[in-house]
Amino acid sequence: MTTNNAKAYWRENIKYVLILLAIWFLVSYGAGILLKEELNAIKIGGFKLGFWFAQQGSMYVFVILIFVYVKLMNNLDKKYGYDE
Amino acid sequence: MMNKIFFLAQLDVQTWTYILVGITFTIYIGIAIWSRAGSTKDFYVAGGGVSPLANGMATAADWMSAASFISMAGIISFAGYDGAVYLMGWTGGYVLLALLLAPYLRKFGKFTVPDFIGDRYYSKTARIVAVFCALLVSFTYVAGQMRGVGIVFSRFLEVDINTGVIIGMLIVLFYAVLGGMKGITYTQVAQYCVLIFAFMVPAIFISIQMTGNPIPQLGFGAELSDGSGTYLLDKLDGLSTELGFSEYTEGSKSTIDVFAITLALMVGTAGLPHVIVRFFTVKRVKDARKSAGIALLLIVILYTTAPAVAAFARTNMIETVSNQSYANVPEWFKKWETTGLIKFEDKNNDGLISYVADEAKNELTVDRDIMVLANPEIAKLPNWVIALVAAGGLAAALSTAAGLLLVISSSVSHDLIKKILKPSISEKGELVAARLSAVGAVCVAGYFGINPPGFVAAVVALAFGLAAASFFPAIILGIFYKRMNKEGAIAGMIVGIVSMLLYMMKYKLGWFDDVLPDKSQWWFGISPEGFGTIAMLLNFIVSITIMKFTKAPPQEVQDIVEHIRIPSGAGEAVQH
Repeated sequence: MTTNNAKAYWRENIKYVLILLAIWFLVSYGAGILLKEELNAIKIGGFKLGFWFAQQGSMYVFVILIFVYVKLMNNLDKKYGYDE
Repeated sequence: MMNKIFFLAQLDVQTWTYILVGITFTIYIGIAIWSRAGSTKDFYVAGGGVSPLANGMATAADWMSAASFISMAGIISFAGYDGAVYLMGWTGGYVLLALLLAPYLRKFGKFTVPDFIGDRYYSKTARIVAVFCALLVSFTYVAGQMRGVGIVFSRFLEVDINTGVIIGMLIVLFYAVLGGMKGITYTQVAQYCVLIFAFMVPAIFISIQMTGNPIPQLGFGAELSDGSGTYLLDKLDGLSTELGFSEYTEGSKSTIDVFAITLALMVGTAGLPHVIVRFFTVKRVKDARKSAGIALLLIVILYTTAPAVAAFARTNMIETVSNQSYANVPEWFKKWETTGLIKFEDKNNDGLISYVADEAKNELTVDRDIMVLANPEIAKLPNWVIALVAAGGLAAALSTAAGLLLVISSSVSHDLIKKILKPSISEKGELVAARLSAVGAVCVAGYFGINPPGFVAAVVALAFGLAAASFFPAIILGIFYKRMNKEGAIAGMIVGIVSMLLYMMKYKLGWFDDVLPDKSQWWFGISPEGFGTIAMLLNFIVSITIMKFTKAPPQEVQDIVEHIRIPSGAGEAVQH
């Protein structure tokens, strides 16, 4: 494999990581901590939304983020010929 | 047949506990004998061929300790919203692991975390600093686990705590020494099944009782089934303010402290050697990513249930005891009172239990562990469910202790003996050394379990801060910053871990002052638990600054970095 191939692969990987980590930050530190008060004004069932993100929602999103990354990277590995 | 059912229904908690604990322990020992380690590769990384599902289950069991199983729901039920720091902190770290660490460390393909630090930073000093950090983090953590094993034994089997610790030591000794990582991995798979079943069964029962919804995560946000039409959480907020506590869904910690603690726990999780090393056991890089996802999914099942259990238990407890006559309390109250976990002192002699936030008027003290341990009794569940909780608590404590002991023994036999003191040691000799260091580590852990130095309990929670302050920056920079060199990394790790230790000694243990300095003196209002975040930032700043003034790493090290960024050709973790 050429160095250029490796570089392009790495750039795409970094792009995915940054996007997913931005979401990771938004749901936990954003919705669950910094914006908690504002979101608590909204109620879904018995949950105040900020509280729900802090004790439930952010964890569900974490799981989804990892599986999305797994999928994206498996495709990326194939695209650049790194899968085995 | 009818007689048999009648007989089983009559068994008391004690007998059920012996039966369930006996069965589960037999399974663990059976697995250990079946999966003996034949080589150092078996011993350190389970031969490197563990499937992503098995590794995910093992990681989840390794991760969820006595603290997650027994104490967490209780902590949340007293902390309300603030309990979110543990929920997000101890799960969010897996996102960092899966995206930033696990795939690259797997590709690197060695046995331990100090292996990576030592090779990436081409330095024995770096390796020694890493070994020191790994031992410090693992020992603070494992002492708490052995104590946890002792406590569970003593509460449910009515032996004393020390006997409990010794039984636990013997079991762990047996399968860790015999099977190494291979034995530990497959027993952890079994332990995950036991602990999750034991946690979910009472949670589902209680959710049905209180809200009519069998899924605790939904019951948490549902209306109470008492026909009042009130949401559980509204009811709980009301009860809390009535008694003078802050609203359950609001909490009382400052925003900056919640932020700092959550970040320290997340980053610490991603930097804990016993978690990282699990990703060395799978076959390919893509398996490392996938097993991180599976592990988190399996962890989140328990972690999203825990806050629901916390809210159910708190509501239940307040309603059952608050302002009730002491003469009429239920049986479980009296039973747990004899263990000292519930204390009642009738200060105003009115015969009523007044449970309020005001210390001077409050008459009831409840240990947080009660929330999980006594929950089945409070909810009047059958005896076998109560016994199941004991077996689950033991599975959680033993699986974590075993994982930590393996990190300790491989740090000694592989990183210290093989890599530094006596590189000429044979494969057979190293395996013997690994087994002997496992025995040594179990004995030291058991000693601390029996004679806990006063500061152990206080320090366990800080193991995360220590891991965040030391390993995380060194590993991240090692992967994502090719120019990072040994001078920067070593200085960063030392500054990070020393600043964390100093802050902890001053503000958590009070060693530098006559009295423990209070909250108002914390830097930026950040508690010792949250200081790992600051120490980690210091590590990053020092590493990068020193790196700028020292020379770049040699070409072959830069080539290693290029190499680990590409997933293919990982091979198996190799002897080197």
